[in-house]
Amino acid sequence: MAKWMSVAQVKEQIEESSAEEVISGYLEVIKKSKINGYITVSEKAIEQAKKIDDEGQDGLLAGVPIAIKDNISVKGLPNSCGSRILEGYIPPFNAHVVEKLLVAGAVILGKTNMDEFAMGSSTETSYFGPTANPWDLERVPGGSSGGSAAVIAAGEAPLALGSDTGGSVRCPAAFCGVVGLKPTYGVVSRYGVVAYANSLEQVGPLANNVADIAILMDVIAGYDRRDSTSIDRKMAYQKALVNDVKGLKIGIPKEFFGEGIHPDVEKAVWNSIHKYEGLGATWEEVSMPNIKYALASYYIIAMSEASSNLARFDGTRYGFRNNGENWNAMVSKTRAEGFGTEVKRRILLGTYALSAGYHDKYYLKALKVRTLVKQDFDRALAKIDLLMAPTMPNPAFKIGEKIEDPLTLYLSDVNTCPINLAGVPSISISCGFTDGLPIGLQIIGRPFEELTVLRAAYTFEQITDYHTKRPLEVA
Amino acid sequence: MVYENPEGIKIGLEIHVQLNKLKTKMFCGCSSDYHNAAPNAQTCPICLGLPGTLPVLNKKAVEAAIKVGLALEGEIAEETQFHRKNYFYPDLPKGFQVTQYDFPIVSKGKVVIEGEDGEHVIGITRAHMEEDPGKLVHLGSIEKSKGVLINYNRSGMSLIEIVTEPDIRTPKEARRFLDKLRNILEYLDIFDGNLEGAMRVDANVSVYWGTRVEIKNISSHKGVERALLYEIMRQKNVIRHGGKIIQETRHYDEGRGVTISLRTKEEAEDYRYFREPDLMPMRVVGWIPSVRETLPELPDAKHARFIEEYCITDMHARALTSKIMLADFYESICAKGVDPKIAATWTADVLLGELNYRDLAISSYDGKKIFFLNTKGMKIENSFKVSDMVELVPLFAEGKISDRSAVEVIRSILDSKGEKSPFRIIEEKGLSKAEDDLVSKVVAETIAENTGAVQDYLGGAEKSLNFLVGQVMKKTKGTADAKTAREFLLKGLKG
Amino acid sequence: MITKEDVEHIGWLARIDINEQEKVEFMEKLNSVLEYFGQLDELPTEHIIPTYHVAEIYNVFREDVIEECLPQEIVLANTEYKEEGTFRVPKIG
Ligand SMILES: [Mg+2]
Ligand SMILES: [Zn+2]
Repeated sequence: MAKWMSVAQVKEQIEESSAEEVISGYLEVIKKSKINGYITVSEKAIEQAKKIDDEGQDGLLAGVPIAIKDNISVKGLPNSCGSRILEGYIPPFNAHVVEKLLVAGAVILGKTNMDEFAMGSSTETSYFGPTANPWDLERVPGGSSGGSAAVIAAGEAPLALGSDTGGSVRCPAAFCGVVGLKPTYGVVSRYGVVAYANSLEQVGPLANNVADIAILMDVIAGYDRRDSTSIDRKMAYQKALVNDVKGLKIGIPKEFFGEGIHPDVEKAVWNSIHKYEGLGATWEEVSMPNIKYALASYYIIAMSEASSNLARFDGTRYGFRNNGENWNAMVSKTRAEGFGTEVKRRILLGTYALSAGYHDKYYLKALKVRTLVKQDFDRALAKIDLLMAPTMPNPAFKIGEKIEDPLTLYLSDVNTCPINLAGVPSISISCGFTDGLPIGLQIIGRPFEELTVLRAAYTFEQITDYHTKRPLEVA
Repeated sequence: MVYENPEGIKIGLEIHVQLNKLKTKMFCGCSSDYHNAAPNAQTCPICLGLPGTLPVLNKKAVEAAIKVGLALEGEIAEETQFHRKNYFYPDLPKGFQVTQYDFPIVSKGKVVIEGEDGEHVIGITRAHMEEDPGKLVHLGSIEKSKGVLINYNRSGMSLIEIVTEPDIRTPKEARRFLDKLRNILEYLDIFDGNLEGAMRVDANVSVYWGTRVEIKNISSHKGVERALLYEIMRQKNVIRHGGKIIQETRHYDEGRGVTISLRTKEEAEDYRYFREPDLMPMRVVGWIPSVRETLPELPDAKHARFIEEYCITDMHARALTSKIMLADFYESICAKGVDPKIAATWTADVLLGELNYRDLAISSYDGKKIFFLNTKGMKIENSFKVSDMVELVPLFAEGKISDRSAVEVIRSILDSKGEKSPFRIIEEKGLSKAEDDLVSKVVAETIAENTGAVQDYLGGAEKSLNFLVGQVMKKTKGTADAKTAREFLLKGLKG
Repeated sequence: MITKEDVEHIGWLARIDINEQEKVEFMEKLNSVLEYFGQLDELPTEHIIPTYHVAEIYNVFREDVIEECLPQEIVLANTEYKEEGTFRVPKIG
């Protein structure tokens, strides 16, 4: 069995043999994994596959395996968010996206590793240890959906779900050389996704190629009455799979090519832009002057919302509990030992940013800056169709290299987090390599114009072979 | 007469009203009828605050809030939204309460009460929507607890928090305000005040126009009055001994009837309010006309109409409109063509008095009967029918039974748990008013048997007549009409 | 700049126990981040309306219709600290 398969190839395999055989093939690969991409491998995957073989399923993903980030609730499987504090917690319900996957016949392989509570860009802050980048086992896979991107790059799953609050799907997609999409805010239900920063995050698909992203979007996107921020808009994502970018107007925001950018990354991205030009698209530079304030605004908002979201982890109803002479002491000790250092930092900063006397200086200010950042996007996207930029300014860094200094780590989100502030869609695709490490091209669209984003990404794939390259380390 | 408020007392109340007549909780589909459920059996991932869950607002809760706003003559906000109030407590499964902050749905209302000096207006600062936390049981007392048991069945119930201006001047006014408010809310059919925890009150009180002290979570109207009486006395004592009142939060110990300090202003929580990002803002002023159409006639209007339409006394009208179920019950009786004045007397004076004596409260009215609850809030297997009054009132009006017998009939209906009809009771107990022949026969007998009293009366001792009337009543087992007995006696004695 | 005492206070607000050594570490790291956040001060925003949400959606409601609850044993399945159908925790004080 081929190790890296598209959804179409998986379905062919199932036709030829069975879903059970395909799933056990993936489980074999996972057993030999060198990357620590999964926190939990589902014991029910084989059973689920057999059932699909027996009953016959004609869903879009019948028998197709998928890996789920460990902050997306799957009934009956542990949901750790990469944290000790959720030790032993098993959700009694499915996330909306998981329900949709099951209806489509997808088989859940397991839950993937992540930065604790999605707070990070390297998957190093997980209680379950770091995930390795399949292209270089000493390097990080990016984060926070590092497990989801890495298992695809390592051939341990053809599809995965991640969540993207400030780049958490696109960053690991870029570092692992796979495709990852952050949809427009409101397009995919957040029900059952453990909240980090509610007003910023979306579930996003990860896959080996753009076509599979479109298939997965056709399954998971759509209105959900259980999510008040869900938007009722029907879209057929596979219709975007058209090899044509003629007449597309591309904007290049120079603020995304700031100091500290790796020259090979800059080169690869420009190289890509010229390829689009060759296909009949046009490009122009655009200015987005407030982008330089986006990172601070993003982190203040995310941490503030997070400080409140994570208050429920108090050892009272589920998860890890420490002893204490009274309830407050029990809670304080539980949270002291249950959360890792980075999570605690963000909770403390978020608590501070919302506290009496500082609310306006930090939280309110950040929301106002968010308005300015969003206006930058509105203005730019009014005259052009798409923005293109590097997903990450640098390729994957070494495990342990940035973990000590939070600010350095935060700065790696500089090109991804503005997109979440504006709520627009953005995809990261592979557009080159430097020293054997993948480089990601970020394609950003207007709100609800995922189809244009996907079309541009799909067209790029037709004339390049970056997405077919596989890491030798795990071959 | 103007009430001078000699001790400079200012009382403001914050009332948490549970919208327990809605079918489901505020943000999830769990049934709100949780009072008899096993602990934690009326919960779901949303009201347990499990990670990943999201709230979706119950439309009926918003309609109810608008109803309250209109009934209290308040303003409905053009745009309104929810905030998170962040604090840690074991009854709070998310570590924050979803509530409203700077844009409450209702502001600037009022309630008119019978004050110390006649009609008195209590301003309503605001009314906002929020979710109820779960319920804690402390093993042992709150101070010496060994542990806490948590039941989240109540978690996520819809609340409306109503905040008054400090316009209340005495504990009695506070109680009257609460009674009036409860009555209005029950008229609106959004709330059943009989259910445990349906209305919880925080009271702010200061004396001599001084620093205010907050008393938290008092569960009954009587409790509020007592807590305030105690607290006013305590504050006056502190000042008399040269002390100063500090701004603090106190807890009312219902058992001991005292307030105990919980925390001072310095220890006050920092709630870090911010807009709830999982809920979208609301623009609902457009609903006002249609909600207004659903507004029932409110207590004051009904009171005025009862006096006008049924020609009953102010006191009777007040008693009959003090509870929507009772008012409806009374109107059903009148609708059957029964004399409204007599029906008012027998309902407001006798039936209500009897219920009071038995410690029963009216719990519901189904169009045919009223049902009751005991003081513990438990439903009682007993009822009283409209038809009971409809049978009884004409019998009395036409002089077929005596007033004593009518009281007896009402008691017997309640004793029989509402099973027996007035006709049956009258027949079984022989309560039909004695015929005139019988009365004259008994009068003759009485005069013959009580020569001493007769001599006394004839000798000028008027009181002896009462004794003789009593003897006639005794012999007829109360079926005689006392007035008739007196007339017959007078005739006999002259004769 | 936040002090050690500030860290202590925020730790209490957030219910995270912080030991003496951690207090210093947190103070330093938090200050470096706060200093970075301080760059927003240079941007005049007095007349800017804050963006709480990119989606301009209003009036999202559900109907008042009863849905199924979880069975009690499932509700309590994620903890060993339970008693007669309730969650048990230490006294509040
Ligand atoms: Mg409140
Ligand atoms: Zn519920």
